[in-house]
Amino acid sequence: MIALTVNGKKKSYRGAPFARLIDVLREAFRLTGTKEGCGEGECGACTVLLDGEPVNSCLIPVCQAAGRKVETVESLGTPEKLSKLQQGFLDCAGAQCGICTPGMLMSAHAHLKKCGGKADDASVRTALAGNLCRCTGYQHIVDSVLSAARKTAKRGKKA
Amino acid sequence: MRGDAKSMTVLTARSAAEAVRLLAKNPGALPLAGGTDLMVGWNMGLLNGRAVVDLSRVAEWKKIRASRKSVLIGSLVTHASIQAHPVLRKSFPLLVQACATVGAAQIQNRGTLGGNVANASPAGDTFPPLAVYQALIHCVGPDGRRVVPILNIFAGVKKTILKPGELIEAIELPFLARPPARASFRKVGTRAAQAISKTMFAGLIWLKTDGTVEDVRLAFGSLAPTVKRLAAAETFLKGRRLDAAAAGQAAALLTSDVSPIDDIRSTREYRLAVSRNLLVRFLEGAIR
Amino acid sequence: MPDMANVGKNTPRREGPEKLTGRALYLDDHAVPGCWHGVTVRSSVPHGRIKAIRFDPGFPWGECAIVTAKDIPGKNLVTLIETDQPLLADGLVRHREEPIVLIAHPDRATAYAAAKRVTIDYEPLPAAFTIADSLAVRAKIFKDDNVFKSYLVQKGDLEKGFALADVVVEGEYSVPAQEQAYIENNAIAAWEEDGVMVVTGSLQCPYYVVKALKVLLGRDEKHVRVIQTVTGGGFGGKEEYPSMIAGHAALLTLKCGHPVKIVYDRHEDMAATTKRHPAIVRQKVGLKKDGTLVAQDIEVLMDGGAYATLSSVVLSRGTLHAAGAYECPNVRIRSKVVATNTPPNGAFRGFGAPQTLFAAELHWEKISDALGIDSLALKRKNLFKIGSVTSTGQILRESVGAAECLEIAVKRSNYAAKRKEYDRWNKNPKNPTWRGIGLSVCHHGAGFTGSGEVYLASRAGVALTKDGRLFVLAASTEIGQGTNTMFAQVAADALGMPFDWFTVETPDTHKVPDSGPTVASRTTMVVGGLVQRAALELKCALEAEHGRVPKTSADLKKAAAALCGELPARRFEVEYEKPPEVVWDDATYKGDAYGAYSYAAFVADLEIDKTTFEVRVRKVTTAQDIGKAIHPLFAEGQIIGGSTQGLGWALLEEPVYKDGVMINSQLTNYVIPTSLDTPPFDVTVVEKPYSRGPFGAKGVGELPMDVPGPAVAAAVKHATGKLIPTLPVTPERIAEALK
Repeated sequence: MIALTVNGKKKSYRGAPFARLIDVLREAFRLTGTKEGCGEGECGACTVLLDGEPVNSCLIPVCQAAGRKVETVESLGTPEKLSKLQQGFLDCAGAQCGICTPGMLMSAHAHLKKCGGKADDASVRTALAGNLCRCTGYQHIVDSVLSAARKTAKRGKKA
Repeated sequence: MRGDAKSMTVLTARSAAEAVRLLAKNPGALPLAGGTDLMVGWNMGLLNGRAVVDLSRVAEWKKIRASRKSVLIGSLVTHASIQAHPVLRKSFPLLVQACATVGAAQIQNRGTLGGNVANASPAGDTFPPLAVYQALIHCVGPDGRRVVPILNIFAGVKKTILKPGELIEAIELPFLARPPARASFRKVGTRAAQAISKTMFAGLIWLKTDGTVEDVRLAFGSLAPTVKRLAAAETFLKGRRLDAAAAGQAAALLTSDVSPIDDIRSTREYRLAVSRNLLVRFLEGAIR
Repeated sequence: MPDMANVGKNTPRREGPEKLTGRALYLDDHAVPGCWHGVTVRSSVPHGRIKAIRFDPGFPWGECAIVTAKDIPGKNLVTLIETDQPLLADGLVRHREEPIVLIAHPDRATAYAAAKRVTIDYEPLPAAFTIADSLAVRAKIFKDDNVFKSYLVQKGDLEKGFALADVVVEGEYSVPAQEQAYIENNAIAAWEEDGVMVVTGSLQCPYYVVKALKVLLGRDEKHVRVIQTVTGGGFGGKEEYPSMIAGHAALLTLKCGHPVKIVYDRHEDMAATTKRHPAIVRQKVGLKKDGTLVAQDIEVLMDGGAYATLSSVVLSRGTLHAAGAYECPNVRIRSKVVATNTPPNGAFRGFGAPQTLFAAELHWEKISDALGIDSLALKRKNLFKIGSVTSTGQILRESVGAAECLEIAVKRSNYAAKRKEYDRWNKNPKNPTWRGIGLSVCHHGAGFTGSGEVYLASRAGVALTKDGRLFVLAASTEIGQGTNTMFAQVAADALGMPFDWFTVETPDTHKVPDSGPTVASRTTMVVGGLVQRAALELKCALEAEHGRVPKTSADLKKAAAALCGELPARRFEVEYEKPPEVVWDDATYKGDAYGAYSYAAFVADLEIDKTTFEVRVRKVTTAQDIGKAIHPLFAEGQIIGGSTQGLGWALLEEPVYKDGVMINSQLTNYVIPTSLDTPPFDVTVVEKPYSRGPFGAKGVGELPMDVPGPAVAAAVKHATGKLIPTLPVTPERIAEALK
């Protein structure tokens, strides 16, 4: 039995210890927000936060997540109450087909937590370099993240 | 996606001794650190039915310890942690730069230095800096411990001289006796991020006050089955006055020590041309 | 004049909140209870006869469902244009990765394990991997000469034209295949429900799949139902391919009696599915010494892969754009698309035009050298304007923004000054880089070619239910480009009602009419136009029945009740009507190829590292005439996104083939741009309204794909002095050119 915290809730997984974290999240816990795009750790669509750090969940056997904290896109907000970052993506068209978006949001979320108002074009692009998008050409995604960063800086609170 | 989780046997090590014991008892078991390489093969269905020894709980291998003479980096230290460490940033900047080029953030947060070395890819990003810093690989196995210089650890493409059941527990970087006149790392990849290198250079050079080369260490990755120090170029340069002519001649000696190939990413011609350029630029930049 | 409360505004993406919160359900997010997992056993030889299919006796085959060609109830065919492509190879394989055996099992890992336990024995046949080998019929793949299709376009008198020329410039250009690399791999689920084959999945054209399944299963439309799930990118890669994977899933579900999901992994998707057609284009152009075009003789050769699929239409579009956005009195374009023993190529954004426009545009740099006249001056001289006549004799009567786009891009990029500044920069050997700035200007026809839209006879509608709910009904799919939002904007403004009152119905073929495929930059211009017309019919009906268009929800409910009476809903559906002024002759390939063209000008400002020959694009400046931006931010998103795919093709992307299969079929080695590879984009949307487009809109989806390639190659020429007539312009090719 593997115990881990997912989006603030204590969860247990009773299946094979080598099941991938992405499959445990999607299939066992029915958190399908995290997506699989490549299985090689290149596209970042499977990005979740593990103890606050962005990782590719398609490359992690769940036994290595035992006792640790996992955050997925479902932790950020709901359609009725979007987070500032999600609102930024809505305002600035950061999502087109949306398949890269959950992973992109998790990487951006971690970046904004780390540097908040200090985020700029270069730091955002570096933070998102492990998240491939084929639709947007990245500019609207960077605009979305910076829009959220500005709103956060104004309020003086974390995103 | 093609991996069969039910078919895998997972053995968890919580200490170095236990890791060695588990591998000895389960020959053929695969050591697993950050998984950024192993899991790619697993996702392709290539490792079904295997046993895996999960090393990620071996706490002592996650530490970075600085002594007077060297820094000992535990084999499970991630590329991200290396970039964050103040002593490594100050004294071994080329390694820090190399770690920043491994994949992207998600890979750097999981991939380990020990895993990078044990994987022994010809394109291992950390190897040229480790080569010029003359890293020592601390190994532990059923026959005990031994220390192997970095250049001796690699046996070929994805092959090390580690014996069955032997693991890397730390990578030791001796402090440089004095700061170099120039230190440089450059990776030439397929794109700006998440790139596999076509060629990769690390160099350190010390000059006497009269402009002659006191010592020089030059290493290239991705130009041979393993990382290479440029023995011929280094020998040529030591004691010689560093000028544009010497730089050009040193570059011409490149092929004595490396053997680049055509592959899916690049060509032999390009690799040689660019590597020579990298070397010349490095040396010319150090000329007094 | 319709109300414009929504059109022209940046309304929030209709399905945005679901996508942003992980609530949007892509195919593999749907829990399909009791589903089995389907896998495909594929050919490992490029051309051969199947001698035997052997199943390893040690495997529990009793647990699996196995399907081969003999299990097909209807015709073993992937229905599209030709009838050459089987759904499952039967006795003969014509390309590596061709599907032969399908297997399903309740456990995904076991299904994959099963696939490894099938051995196929082949008698290999000679194979042709290149256009040259195909034309030489080294292998007989399609009919007798391996030519899927050829076209001839003629205008004026070519011989006379060349006789008038002071200078004749020739060049040969080549472009590789390109992988769409949508981040969501192909994925389909199928099950039988009350005698209806239900198929859901990631796809662009639900009715294409219906047509294919009808033939495969021998059923009528009532007994096939296709429903698009939220789709993670298409770019043409999910135009026709889903018909094949849907057929596979349908056969497996019939065999095992359970729902079946087939979800490709990246490696399989890249190796087995369609790509952009590689092409070789030969340009021979005659000009007067003042730079006036007098003759163009162009030859286009494309590689279609082993089966025809969409090759005839890709070639058609490529042919119709091959002369570039310039007027020339004497033109001949000869084009051919041929068969090779490689996985079939198909649709990818641009659909033949990026290939021929690369040659057409870049050739101006060669012409510039020959004449000693700057290429910008040459382009200005010959560029399309109102009244210009195209290579097919079409007179451009309205909506020609080419010159405006060109001047905006030139001005905003500081092109002229930079040409001189970088010439000076490049003369200094101490500088660590070479710098270059290059320009391209292209046109792109919106909608299906010529009689294509008539043939499609697309339909779309709006419906009002008795309880006051409004629906837009169209088979056009949302694949990221903003279809859902755009349809609601158009309908809302046609009716003068709030955007939020409209639901865009899911593209479910039992609920929506056939609006044609979501391709060819037609979704706004053609289908949006149908939605607008249908909405206006509802408006008339409301005004007739209720006296006015409702302004409040309560009013809407009253009006709906009045309008519907006993019926559950009133549905207003319209069919495409060809504008009478659009006249096309398919036999002679003359006339109005497209109702309207969009135009784009693109300036690439880049530098090349002298040490490594790596190219870094520092800035892109582009101006694009799309008639009307229904949603300005989404239009900009299409331009930046399409430009990035174009930059990827120009600099980074190349499928590497060995023995007829792509060997870099993963994202590690098929290199697409990351956030650190893309420059800042300065985008100007130009609006030269098209009288037949809703609110003046033309097409925007594919146009951005045409311009980056030639602009980058022109900039590299400026930087290095070398014209590299092929893509991608890699550091290796630059180093080679400079040796």
